[in-house]
Amino acid sequence: MRVPILRLGRVLLTSLPADLTDQQVMDLQIDALALIQAGKADGLVIDITAADVVDSYMARILSETAKMVTIMGGVAVLAGMQPAVALTLVEMGRGMIDMETAFDLEGGVAKVARLVASRGGRHDEVPIA
Amino acid sequence: MSREPDVVQPDAVTVTVTTEIDVAEARQEARRLALRHGFGTVRAHGLATAVSELAMNLVLHTARGGQIRLTAQDAAEAAVIELVAEDDGPGIPDLARAMEDGFSTRGGLGCGLAGTRRLVDTFAITSRVGEGTRIVCLVRRP
Ligand SMILES: Nc1ncnc2c1ncn2[C@@H]1O[C@H](COP(=O)(O)OP(=O)(O)OP(=O)(O)O)[C@@H](O)[C@H]1O
Ligand SMILES: [Mg+2]
Repeated sequence: MRVPILRLGRVLLTSLPADLTDQQVMDLQIDALALIQAGKADGLVIDITAADVVDSYMARILSETAKMVTIMGGVAVLAGMQPAVALTLVEMGRGMIDMETAFDLEGGVAKVARLVASRGGRHDEVPIA
Repeated sequence: MSREPDVVQPDAVTVTVTTEIDVAEARQEARRLALRHGFGTVRAHGLATAVSELAMNLVLHTARGGQIRLTAQDAAEAAVIELVAEDDGPGIPDLARAMEDGFSTRGGLGCGLAGTRRLVDTFAITSRVGEGTRIVCLVRRP
C-alpha cells in the first residue's frame, strides 16, 4: 500500500508507518516530487510519530528524501520525533539526520511556510523586478 | 502485582531474520523484553534501535539472513540484556573499516555498527570471511 500524502494549502503532509518498506519509500518520493514539480506544493512535512525507531537506514531515507525535495526547489521538514528517538539519535552520533525539523505537524507546516517566505517564494519562480 | 524474586531464570527470545518484516519483529521483541525487565523507555528504545541496526545488516549484507538472540538476566539491583546477532554469511574482511562511521559497501550511511557500539554498554564483534559474523552486545539497567 502506498503511504498517503495529504495536501494542506501548498504543503504536503505524510505520516510514515512503523513498518515502512523500501517500495513504499520509493513511491512516496516519486509522489511527493511529482506534486512539487507540478507546482501544487512548496514543501513536504514528514511525520514520524508512528515510526518504531529511526535507525541509520531510516535516517538515510529521510535525509535523501529531503535532499530530493530541496533539489526540486521545495522545502522538507521532519516532524513528530519522540524524545526517546531524539536521545537515541544523539547517542548514535551527530549528523545522522540532515534536514529541517519541527515538533509536530503544525510546526512543520509553519516552518515550510516560513522557509519558503524567507527565501522570497519558490526557487523556480522568476523574481518580479 | 506481586514482588518479583531477586533472581529469576533468564528470559530469552530468538528471532530469525531474513526480511524487513523480521527486523520490525526483532526490535519490537527487544523493546518488550527491556520494558518487562524494568528498563526505562529511552533505554528500551536504544536497545530496539541497536537490534534494528544489527537485524537490518543481516537482511542487507547476508544472502540467507541470520538470528537475533536476546537474553535478559535480572539481579537484585540491576538487569542486563545480552543481544547476539549471528549469521553464516560472507563475513567482514576489514573489521576496523566496517566499524568506522561512514563506511558502507552498499551505499548506506555506514553508521549502523559504529552507532550501535555507542548505544550499548559492551560491544564485541568477530567475523571470518566465508564463515560469518557474530556480534555480542550488553545493555545494562543500573
Ligand atoms: N552481518 C554482516 N555480514 C557481512 N558484512 C556486514 C555485516 N554487517 C555489516 N557488514 C559490513 O559492514 C559495513 C558497515 O556496516 P554498517 O551497519 O555500519 O553500515 P551499512 O549497513 O552499510 O549502512 P547503515 O547501517 O548506515 O544503513 C557494511 O556496509 C557491510 O559491508
Ligand atoms: Mg547497517
